[in-house]
Amino acid sequence: MKIILHIWRQKSSQDKGRMVRYEHRDVNEHMSFLEMLDVLNEQLITKGEDPIAFDHDCREGICGMCGFMINGKAHGGFPRTTVCQLHMRRFKDGDELYLEPWRASAFPVVKDLAVNRSSFDRIIAAGGFISVPTGSAQDANNILVPKQGADLAMDAAACIGCGACVAACPNAAAALFVGAKISHLGHLPQGQPERHRRALSMIRQMNVEGFANCSNIGECEATCPKDIKLEVIARSNRDFLKASCLERPAAEVAGVG
Amino acid sequence: MELKSNVPTGPIEQAWDRHKFELKLVNPANKRKFNILVVGSGLAGASAAASLGELGYNVQCFCFQDSPRRAHSIAAQGGINAAKNYHNDGDSVYRLFYDTVKGGDFRAREGNVYRLAQLSVNIIDQCVAQGVPFAREYGGLLDNRSFGGAQVSRTFYARGQTGQQLLLGAYQALERQIGLGAVKMYPRTEMLDLVVVDGQARGIVTRSLIDGKLEAHIGDAVILATGGYGNVFYLSTNAKGSNATAIWRAYKRGAVFANPCFTQIHPTCIPVSGDYQSKLTLMSESLRNDGRIWVPKTPGDKRPPSQIPDSERDYYLERRYPSFGNLVPRDIASRAAKTECDSGHGVGETSLGVYLDFTDCIKRLGKGKISERYGNLFEMYERITGENPYEVPMRIYPAIHYTMGGLWVDYDLMSTIPGLFVLGEANFSDHGANRLGASALMQGLADGYFIISHTIGNYLATAKLAEVTADAPAAKDAIANVVSITRKLLGTNGTRSVDSFHRELGKIVWDYCGMARNEAGLKKALSVIPTLREEFWKTVRVLGSNEEFNQSLEKAGRVADFLELGELMCLDALERKESCGGHFREEFQTPEGEALRDDEHYSYVAAWEYRGPSASPALSKEPLAFDYVHPTQRSYK
Repeated sequence: MKIILHIWRQKSSQDKGRMVRYEHRDVNEHMSFLEMLDVLNEQLITKGEDPIAFDHDCREGICGMCGFMINGKAHGGFPRTTVCQLHMRRFKDGDELYLEPWRASAFPVVKDLAVNRSSFDRIIAAGGFISVPTGSAQDANNILVPKQGADLAMDAAACIGCGACVAACPNAAAALFVGAKISHLGHLPQGQPERHRRALSMIRQMNVEGFANCSNIGECEATCPKDIKLEVIARSNRDFLKASCLERPAAEVAGVG
Repeated sequence: MELKSNVPTGPIEQAWDRHKFELKLVNPANKRKFNILVVGSGLAGASAAASLGELGYNVQCFCFQDSPRRAHSIAAQGGINAAKNYHNDGDSVYRLFYDTVKGGDFRAREGNVYRLAQLSVNIIDQCVAQGVPFAREYGGLLDNRSFGGAQVSRTFYARGQTGQQLLLGAYQALERQIGLGAVKMYPRTEMLDLVVVDGQARGIVTRSLIDGKLEAHIGDAVILATGGYGNVFYLSTNAKGSNATAIWRAYKRGAVFANPCFTQIHPTCIPVSGDYQSKLTLMSESLRNDGRIWVPKTPGDKRPPSQIPDSERDYYLERRYPSFGNLVPRDIASRAAKTECDSGHGVGETSLGVYLDFTDCIKRLGKGKISERYGNLFEMYERITGENPYEVPMRIYPAIHYTMGGLWVDYDLMSTIPGLFVLGEANFSDHGANRLGASALMQGLADGYFIISHTIGNYLATAKLAEVTADAPAAKDAIANVVSITRKLLGTNGTRSVDSFHRELGKIVWDYCGMARNEAGLKKALSVIPTLREEFWKTVRVLGSNEEFNQSLEKAGRVADFLELGELMCLDALERKESCGGHFREEFQTPEGEALRDDEHYSYVAAWEYRGPSASPALSKEPLAFDYVHPTQRSYK
């Protein structure tokens, strides 16, 4: 089948960038979307043109490295599907597709369809963890976790950090990503001691990184390839609100020496 | 070269504890004076970087992806083994040790494997404390499932995403240390050479993948946790970026490479669909708990599976291995699938596939239970193939999945270059000739959380480390080496793309050094790979420049290394004139077609030493002793 592609080409973060049109005649319905781009890139290399840069790694929908907009929808907008798991049988002969990188000022473009998502790492570094140095754990079955709590924690922990939620959000908010981590750890007994501190630190870092606020539109939930629910945002808002009320300045260090 | 494994002598049960006590310590106040470079951020790398940061060392961690959370450990689906015996089914540290040594077909070091089995229990404790959401029973206790090669349920899991959850646990511990300033992270940064000063590993040369900047990073020790080399085969279940460049360039600086021909073929992958195929997707081994594998009894039977009655189906694993059935180890299941397809029983368009059928278990347990266990895998299968496995049996075929070989390390996980430590899949140490399911995650985390944190201290406390700076001659030499490779790749401006070479190499290695090997085939591969390599350096086309985000250039450097490593794999396979685990030499098999080991002549680790571009590598042997698990022919009947 034949596909017409309009692809955002931008040499580097300093470059302005523009859309370029490609006619791709060698598309097979069993190809994944990225394999379709691989074939196009091989053709570009043969012609001596710079191949299209896009991020990808596992191609199994779990590493979270791939992702771009297809016709204005993150990962193409199919349920529970990252772009590496999207197959060309979803499209028709002659379709015209517009590919653009994630659009958010907190995700600057690296080149073409690849963006820098280090802001997500810095949000996790601010508080998205349980503080448990290696070797300090008790026997695993000493911590009982009700099945329901474990299942809800797992639902939220399934987030792959791809950034589709930010790209789909009209405000470019990271509320779903942040809420997913806060919910994952907050559903577990192990996560309770740092629960409020975590919500404060992560959400403050989110603001520092330039992500805007959530206005409950729900595009993020609709687009999330891992089905993370809006509920996680409600949960993180609740934790944040409670934490803000309870926040006290750190206690003076006592007993030094 | 003499290879000293440094495995402690005396009773194996106390060896690690005694060894830990004998290791020299670094005073807490002195730890921050040591710089440790960790390359790779998967289970082994992230857990090592986090644990060493917690101890107070200065750590720098490097990964080629845009975030440490992307490392390919994330794709492990099924689970992680631990000898907890929570299910009262007769498991113990000794049994896990026994299963792993036997599963590895008696080609692993007993001492290392015993320690791994001991540490397995600490890993689960650590991961639960970090908030890894393992599956639970209604009473709140941890749930387990069983895996190939074992008759107990010792596998802990988080749906079909166990690797993801364990990696996120390690990643979060790493990010915590980054936030605290103990670890400095370098994403989108690739290691391209090792800096060796006075025979010690003292640094690495990296290239920033964003702007091509080359830098020498100097440290007191270097840890490589860069994963395996399965992508030599081009089509594998590895991530597209997984590569051998870090270990290969360390090999060329003097680290010895062990058992390169020990590669693992995973029996349950989605079959290849066309020549544009970029990678293969695994369906977790855990599916073999409930799915039944079969082919039509009549060769060439093209009826749809639903129209083939039970009496005309051959459940060949259950028939040949009644006691383990569909849960035989991976190497055996893979070869059995190949045998069926070679004799014309294969299914699907290409006839390279067998059925993995869930009809019986859906009848027994109901669709709901099956979807709870494997829902995400079924969905992934349907997305890729367009077929619904609740209704039509899955088609599966073996694919390259893991490499047991890797850089040689001693009991302390140190390579033959002092100060160069190698962890996880990148080393060769624990799985012998075949890895059992759910053991890779265990090894990566044992190495990173619990072993390196002790053994590296001993090295730093005892080694004499001279002052080295980034403008040392060895560092400049290593940078010059990288510059010359890059110039050659960019300057050739030939006619063929990097991928076309990679595909061709992959096909050669798969055909001659894949699931079955023989002398004639390996000799053929050894003659065609050097020719292909020559052609690569004459006609490869890499566009663009070094000073930009250039994915073709990244790939070109990795493929150049695969073209050399592929040859070493074939050489090692040719030299090992026996069959063991994943290494099946057709000349050496029992009358029933099982692998025939030759313990008298080949009970050793084959370790290869680089001797320059025109000389062939030198082989050294580390003999293996089995004092606890007596080598027998593996039987899963």
